[in-house]
Amino acid sequence: MTEYAVPIVLLLASALTLRKKENTYNLLIDGAGEGLKLLAAILPTLVVLMTAVTMLRESGAVEWLSGLTAPIFSFMGIPPETVLLVLIRPLSGSAALAIGADLMAQYGVDSQIGRTVAVMLGSTETTFYTISVYFGAAGISKTRYTVPAALIADLTGFLVASWVTRLLG
Amino acid sequence: MSWIWTLMLLLSTIAALVFGNGANLSAAVQKGAQAGVTLAISIGGSICLWTGVGKLMERSGITDMLSRLFAPLLRRLFPTTQKDDQAKQYLSANICANLLGLGNAATPMGIQAAKRLVNPKHPTLATDELCRLIVLNTASIQLIPANVAAVRASLGAASPFDILPAVWLTSICSAGLGLAAAWAMGKVWRRD
Repeated sequence: MTEYAVPIVLLLASALTLRKKENTYNLLIDGAGEGLKLLAAILPTLVVLMTAVTMLRESGAVEWLSGLTAPIFSFMGIPPETVLLVLIRPLSGSAALAIGADLMAQYGVDSQIGRTVAVMLGSTETTFYTISVYFGAAGISKTRYTVPAALIADLTGFLVASWVTRLLG
Repeated sequence: MSWIWTLMLLLSTIAALVFGNGANLSAAVQKGAQAGVTLAISIGGSICLWTGVGKLMERSGITDMLSRLFAPLLRRLFPTTQKDDQAKQYLSANICANLLGLGNAATPMGIQAAKRLVNPKHPTLATDELCRLIVLNTASIQLIPANVAAVRASLGAASPFDILPAVWLTSICSAGLGLAAAWAMGKVWRRD
């Protein structure tokens, strides 16, 4: 069933735009051009962050960190290999993408760890960035329980991602 | 971000010293930089395509359909929007853009919604509704996580999108529990 989700989304988006008498093809091309700009914007970030992530891995720091946190992570059912991702994800989106890609390449994209990482990346956000942008723009300084509530949502995401991938394979 | 970067460097240098991995560490610098370019290029095609599809979704009326679908839920979570039509529009545009994975479109809409949800009597205070807005935005409810699928495809995944049901389930759980936590804390947290 999920094999058809993506083609159906493509077809629906195209057909409905056509029905609105818009130039579907040109919109797609324009959008793809904007995607190129987006790519140009994230490439330098990925170069810098992949350097840091590779250094962390090759220096033994990641192994040490995951060994340190393994008892807690294993207890909660989160693979200890993902420790760096769990720590960085709320802080930086591109760093999380770099760490995730590195983990998927290292353990195999279709391995359990690889799939857990993908689900974690797809279902969580850069929490602290979001809070600072939204509240900064709206002039909110008394954040009350926003940070704990958002972090509870993140933690739930990491936990459920690990459990679901183990159950669904 | 400067802090995170410097901290990562510090941590790897110390770890390399402790574990005697100095040679690996300096090799990692070049290897990592190259891996960054490889990653960016190998996900480039998908990023371009999905940005294009995102543009279609904005114009096709899919966003309007989604906002009608979610109107009852949003009315309950954000009672202020019942009196403020502008806030309601920004809010549903924000949620729909998130759903469709249009992060660039979601943020400005979300900020506008946040501005309209500010309580004029306490302009610096995060109201319960503002907290809920943040939780909904950080739970990342996405129909198509295109970036992750792009990375999976570039690494040769058998079926890059087969993580979709797991991603949906996980997002719904984290948004649900986040909102529940916000509701519970809203009951006990001081309002000043």
